[in-house]
Amino acid sequence: MSGAADQVYRDVEALEYRYARLLDDDRLEDWPGLFVEHGIYKVIPRENCQRRPPLAVMFCDSRAMMQDRVRSLRQANVYNLHYPRHVVSNIEILSAVDGTFEVAACYTVYQTDLEGQTRLFSVGQYRDIVVQDGGELRFREKIAVCDTFSIPNLLAIPL
Amino acid sequence: MVHQAPLIAWPVRDGSRVPFDVFTRADVFAREQEAIFRGPVWNYVALEAELPQPGDFKTSFVGDTPIVVSRAEDGSLHAFVNRCAHRGATVQRQASGNTRQHRCVYHQWCYNMRGELIGVPYRRGAGGTRGYAADFDAKDHGLAKLRVASRKGLVFATFHPATIGLEDYLDAPLLAAIDRLFARPVKVLGHMRQRVRGNWKLYAENTRDPYHAALLHGFHATFGTYRTNQKRTGGSDRARAHTTGATYGDDWRTAAQSGDVGQDKIVASYSLADPSLMEGRPDFDDGVTVAITSIFPSLVIQQIMNTLATRHIRPKAADEFELYWTYFGYAGDDEQTTAARLKQANLVGPAGLISMEDSEAIELIQRAIVRDGGENSFLEFGEVQADLDKDRQGEASIRAFWRYYATMMDPPSAPKET
Repeated sequence: MSGAADQVYRDVEALEYRYARLLDDDRLEDWPGLFVEHGIYKVIPRENCQRRPPLAVMFCDSRAMMQDRVRSLRQANVYNLHYPRHVVSNIEILSAVDGTFEVAACYTVYQTDLEGQTRLFSVGQYRDIVVQDGGELRFREKIAVCDTFSIPNLLAIPL
Repeated sequence: MVHQAPLIAWPVRDGSRVPFDVFTRADVFAREQEAIFRGPVWNYVALEAELPQPGDFKTSFVGDTPIVVSRAEDGSLHAFVNRCAHRGATVQRQASGNTRQHRCVYHQWCYNMRGELIGVPYRRGAGGTRGYAADFDAKDHGLAKLRVASRKGLVFATFHPATIGLEDYLDAPLLAAIDRLFARPVKVLGHMRQRVRGNWKLYAENTRDPYHAALLHGFHATFGTYRTNQKRTGGSDRARAHTTGATYGDDWRTAAQSGDVGQDKIVASYSLADPSLMEGRPDFDDGVTVAITSIFPSLVIQQIMNTLATRHIRPKAADEFELYWTYFGYAGDDEQTTAARLKQANLVGPAGLISMEDSEAIELIQRAIVRDGGENSFLEFGEVQADLDKDRQGEASIRAFWRYYATMMDPPSAPKET
């Protein structure tokens, strides 16, 4: 890996880790800022992947829509009280064209309840498009494809 | 006749008290499989739109029994237990697909699209072994069949020989609700599943419970999508097993009455930063924004704005079920309409802005009733003795569910101990 490519990899990796940390630290309001203004975020059950277009269980196609999702979680929704833990691994840059990076990664999300019991909540793959946006890397697209497509209880905090 | 003691100690028979242990007992769950899911009911198993071509199949469940739903070469629909007649192995391992033959991997017993045995390896023997007897008849060794009936593309199956006809079972108000939603051919857009650590009947209650809608689901109140004072109509069958309810939305009705439905965008929410979530055109000109139909024992059909889905309740154990959503649109939908439906899917399903609370409420109950199974839930909202048709806001539909359930589980005609 050349020095420049190595730096790009580290920047992409840092974006993925920051994404995970914001969600785990309950900084949901900062989560949309990791996307470009008209960025796309979807959670797609793996069994729907063959369909065109595939049905998603969570579907935002703007930062504003992500903010609405967060506002709803904060003010309106009732969901299982828990601490989430997002583990991101196997990060690969599949292509790099003119500052647009196609990225694949694996995610594992654990949930720990208020009794300290942890269970595996979801495993899957991120399929991301990362771009330079105002001097920072941001997601133009982040698709979380759920291997765990029979979702335990419910999905509130983004994967 | 052998005396059979009532399985469940109902303190009253009007459905207003439900002992908590009906949600936890393994013996109650086992009885339900026999008396209800394999009893004289029609179980929803699939949409015909999931099986359009001969050879198309889909695995599904009746209660906790795995089955295959299949379309044969002549277009007829069939359902059979997904368990090899030889040694009991799962025959069809794929969730869906197209095949002329369902072949068990263990010893290669092979069945046709109707579940009939058509191939047995070494039937006449091999390597000095005699094989099967001369009077072995493949007809006696097919997969266990269920009777199948469909209404407007909704496929139902029954194990029981005495189940009345599907139309009689559903009855007029339910048929009307189905015929309205399925007046046009549908197109499946995908599935959603959630695994809930709770008893399946808690979900049956939940979908017969208008009381909770605006109270539990905060999105409604926050974004004004549903109010308790909206006009509501509903209906039920003679046996009071099923229920259907419709809620009318002012915005949608106004748009429908403007005579220019095709042009009017419906923006029901005023505080969303991105209101595109709520954009859509009414699918019907009757002003109904929410229509929920609950068919005993395990089907819910929904229209919530432009979101259309069947929800199949698949019980797994006394304390667990899967909720399986089949999300659809109409075959004639243009790209824009499909896009609106896919976006509105945010509202429903396991991550649904207006539905995620339901499974949490159910798990909260299941967690709290581990002990004191003889104590009861209290279902007296709305006048207890009032006819279901007179009370569409209270808990009348839930009480009706329990009365019907109690009759199926412990028939009143059961012989008394002497």
